[in-house]
Amino acid sequence: MSAAPSALPVRAPRSAGDRIADVLFHGLTLVPALAALALVVAIGWKVADGSRLAFHKFGLGFVTTAAWDPVKGVFGARDFILGTASTSLIALVLATPIAIAIGLYLSELAPRGVRDVIGALVELLAAIPSVVVGLWGILVLGPFLAQHLDPVLRSALGWTPFFKGDIPSAGTGMLTAAVVLTIMVVPIVASISRELFQSVPRELEEGALALGLTRWEMVRGVVLPSARPGIAAAVILGLGRAVGEAIAVTQVIGGFAGFSLSLFKPGDTLASRIASQYQGASTALQVSALVYLAAILLAISLVVNLLAQVIVRRFEFQRTGGS
Amino acid sequence: MSAAAPWGRPSPRLRRRKAVNLMMEALATVAALIAVALLGTVIVSVLRRGLPAISLDFFTKAPAGFGAPGGGLANAFAGSLVIVAVAALMALPVGVLTALYLSEFAPKRLEETIRLALDVLNGIPSIVIGIFVFGILVVSHQQSGLAGSFALAIIMLPLIARSTQEVLRIVPETLREASYALGISRWRTVLGIILPASVGGIMTGTMLAVARAAGETAPLLFTSSLTAPFVTWDPRQPLQSVPLTIFELSESPDPLDHARAWAAALALIAFVLLASLLSRALLARSRRKLGQVG
Repeated sequence: MSAAPSALPVRAPRSAGDRIADVLFHGLTLVPALAALALVVAIGWKVADGSRLAFHKFGLGFVTTAAWDPVKGVFGARDFILGTASTSLIALVLATPIAIAIGLYLSELAPRGVRDVIGALVELLAAIPSVVVGLWGILVLGPFLAQHLDPVLRSALGWTPFFKGDIPSAGTGMLTAAVVLTIMVVPIVASISRELFQSVPRELEEGALALGLTRWEMVRGVVLPSARPGIAAAVILGLGRAVGEAIAVTQVIGGFAGFSLSLFKPGDTLASRIASQYQGASTALQVSALVYLAAILLAISLVVNLLAQVIVRRFEFQRTGGS
Repeated sequence: MSAAAPWGRPSPRLRRRKAVNLMMEALATVAALIAVALLGTVIVSVLRRGLPAISLDFFTKAPAGFGAPGGGLANAFAGSLVIVAVAALMALPVGVLTALYLSEFAPKRLEETIRLALDVLNGIPSIVIGIFVFGILVVSHQQSGLAGSFALAIIMLPLIARSTQEVLRIVPETLREASYALGISRWRTVLGIILPASVGGIMTGTMLAVARAAGETAPLLFTSSLTAPFVTWDPRQPLQSVPLTIFELSESPDPLDHARAWAAALALIAFVLLASLLSRALLARSRRKLGQVG
């Protein structure tokens, strides 16, 4: 497993200088290593500290209050939490099947040359800065959706509360935000699931094929079950990305404090509200309310990440301990 | 399972299974094509709309006033260069030393804890990191390029540390053993043998982290956004940056600004994609080299 030089029968170096230098070097690496730990703690503390003013004023009720009125000094996070939840969940629902299919194509179907090229392209998609995706979203995707997809959705599903109301002329709104998030989540989930599928033991797959299963039956019976926990972790990591994305969402969601079930309407997520108010925050209370939003966002992302870690750890344990 | 007659026509059941299989294979292929097409459309849009606005002036001139044609984004390019370079200078030593500690010294428990901390740090939304740096540096002083660099360094740290750790792991154990067998002390082994063997990998990780940081907007919103419209190189002042410029221009009503945003996006994408391609090539090379040693 990992390198453990301490387990080697190393005799202590003869010169005292070397011995001292070893201790110093140990210390020199230890301090930066603790920096990561310190940063995590400091971020948590600072965010909690910064939101204290708003917390004292609004308490936990902040989470369930729908209000954002800097003039009257009333703030609440409900609409933004709902905005974050709905856009991220839609993005996940759209992205997960596409991403798993891409992973399957790359690991099971694609010829070697094609696989490397498409695999690299998927990773490049993940590397596009979010502000560029947002720019594309607001100037290309939004108008496209408004002209082509939205009318279809409204005429087919207009009877549900989700596709009611006027189509935004510029194409900004919750639906566009969800699509933009989908584009950002797909490459993450796809490249992780590709690796998972590739790590399924070859013998199992060949055994299944030798039994006369078709390739899809082999995937459904062997590949997917053994990769399931890993896929769950990948999807959760994708969720973390979607929840935390501030810039691209700010550009396309329309910036509106108020939640509506209709996906054509503008809205705001936790992250986009923070990002869009960065220069406008005038009072200390408003700044504190924004930091309170950041605290909620931080809490969500911590839970999401730790959950993914737990799943991955257990998965690894099963794999190494099970065989 | 009843076998189909070897010479006869396939049973209806087999035919159905094959049809399902074919359908699923087609779906998976289509999904992959969708991903490629998406990347294609984004890049084509950026190229088509950005190229016309690219010129030498675009990189060397400061912005023209609102609504006026001409001018460039030299302030943003200079600012991004400074902010990202300083961020890399902050994150690189800390990241590499962290990885060295984790792979050479750390007791198992501590190693796991720090690794978890790095992963958590990597998962914290960048806007929250912006808020954090705003709280510790900007509130008490003012916005500055340095504050922006610090925010980006926090984002780069886990990337550099984790990728360096991965490289250190594939340094052949024989190298360490050979060094210790010669009676060489630990610090000399690490600095003289292990680190040089993994330089290629560390560069790769750093380049990926730089590519990621160069495109980050959210951490700079609160830390280095209230900027003057002329070129400055002084990191103690707030510095404009390329991603933030794109963000601001994209919300402008002026079509000239949109053209500038596309051009800046083109420059940014070109940089990010080049850096990731280059690091990929570097990674392959250093893997091969290390493989030969082992």
